[in-house]
Amino acid sequence: MEFKATREAYGKALVELGKKDDRVVVLDADLSGSTKSKEFQKQFSNRFFNMGIAEANMVGVAAGMALNGLKPYVSSFAVFITGRAFEIVRQSICYQNLHVVLCGSHSGISVGEDGGSHQSIADIALMRSLPNMKVIVPADYNEAYLAVLESVNIESPVYIRTSRAKSPIIIKKDKFALGRADVLREGKSVTVVACGMMVSLALDTAELLEKEGIDSEVINVSSIKPIDRDTIIKSAKKTSRVVTIEEHTVIGGLGSAVSEVLTEEYPVKVLKIGIEDVFGESGTKDDLFCKFGFTKDALAERIKEFLNG
Amino acid sequence: MEDFGELERIARELRKDVLVMLNKAKSGHSGGSLSVVDILVALYFGGIMNYDPKNPSWEDRDRLVLSKGHACPALYATLAKAGFFERELLWTLRRLGSPLQGHPDSKKLPGIDASTGSLGNGITQAVGIALAARVLHKRYKVFCIMGDGELQEGITWEAFMAASHYKLSNLIVIVDFNGLQIDGRVMDIMNISPLKEKFEAFGFRTYEIGGHVYKNLIDTLTTAKRNVISPTAIIARTVKGYGVSFMANKVEYHGVPPSNQELERALKELDNGI
Repeated sequence: MEFKATREAYGKALVELGKKDDRVVVLDADLSGSTKSKEFQKQFSNRFFNMGIAEANMVGVAAGMALNGLKPYVSSFAVFITGRAFEIVRQSICYQNLHVVLCGSHSGISVGEDGGSHQSIADIALMRSLPNMKVIVPADYNEAYLAVLESVNIESPVYIRTSRAKSPIIIKKDKFALGRADVLREGKSVTVVACGMMVSLALDTAELLEKEGIDSEVINVSSIKPIDRDTIIKSAKKTSRVVTIEEHTVIGGLGSAVSEVLTEEYPVKVLKIGIEDVFGESGTKDDLFCKFGFTKDALAERIKEFLNG
Repeated sequence: MEDFGELERIARELRKDVLVMLNKAKSGHSGGSLSVVDILVALYFGGIMNYDPKNPSWEDRDRLVLSKGHACPALYATLAKAGFFERELLWTLRRLGSPLQGHPDSKKLPGIDASTGSLGNGITQAVGIALAARVLHKRYKVFCIMGDGELQEGITWEAFMAASHYKLSNLIVIVDFNGLQIDGRVMDIMNISPLKEKFEAFGFRTYEIGGHVYKNLIDTLTTAKRNVISPTAIIARTVKGYGVSFMANKVEYHGVPPSNQELERALKELDNGI
């Protein structure tokens, strides 16, 4: 199986967009090598703007550019672009419903060694709460590439969450559709909804559970806002048990979004797996995933407990 | 000496409109709206800005970003006078459904080039608008009016740093330096001086002028438009509440509208001229 990081897809897709549309501009705040926006800079240096270590101003500048017909892609670590710059995202981007794409890389605890200060665990919650904002968490390199390409057509603020770590390539499709969830594996015993790197883990967990006679349905909800209500409800009606898995706090992220849909239309029991209202810490990605329970064995145990409970 | 009587007459008219708007709205910011009027009059009626009220989104127009968005009653009165919309609309300020929001909303009102209100958000967008001109090969100018208290927001200095780094000579920042903020005098709350030196250190060509003197305003803005080297900062020394004796230099009128009696008195003063 091939492994690649979603942030690499961002860099590659930006170059494609740059070729197709001369109104696409890219901004970064001194992290262009890490976010991969440097790939765009190499080819379109006159449309690339390094704004220095000043994320809030970078976001405001992007708003001013969008007001005048440019299509800005704003790049930084997820923790800075959604945290430090939050107020500007709200006031200057979302309030005016501007077509600006924010890409937050190095999301979640899989950033690893940099530690809790740099591990973005609340970015989905923050961005999801803002009117007009669309929130996309691609499951792998392929989907990230397609999502970034599609984002140029989404005429509103967009937040795309990417990761530093390489992960398996699992998505086979040729177009990203905002607001559509994909059922990657059909099953009857339990619905497992995941986003980002947790999708491949959910599929591995499903295989493990299958050996014990548990037939999981795995859904990739990469479009967290808008969310595909129909697909989630249809699956819940079939299985009556829903588990959500996200590399994010269980407060306000994917689990909350799915719960909101279910409580309104088809209440079933939901198990939200994620980061339990704590900060991350330094360590390798694999060590951190073990500690936080993001391994197929740990996930299978929790799902079994949930189904038996 | 040139005669600026017509501009002064317009300014008096706009100050009266501002006071009536605020009185009808029963809320809003009197002091900072009155201090900024002459700056706006110079820009819109002194031959400085290119704009077309019949085509408010004309791509080549000069842009105005009111970063001190709370002074929007003055901008609304100016835009109405310039023909962007009917003057009658002014009396709907801050009412439910009105395009004249409590702070400027670019989505709702023609002539508003950027939504502002949360301080610092205007200047950062203005830098983006100025930078966009470079990508789009446009020759428009971007005028950004800021408050002096606003300069306490850290993002304003991030924005100035970027404007200077990218040599945005099409950006002209005008500071409505009235010396007061909600809690008191700017120098007592959080001193921003020496301001001219700060702007110069940030790479701006900087001027310090009287903000109610039309000759100063027009001459400096005209010179600033010709600058092709660096961004420009104009520190315009103004008086908060200018034009109404009992509001002038009074911190109490930062966020308070005139009562009916005060309005009557103020309109009389303006009619008689100061």
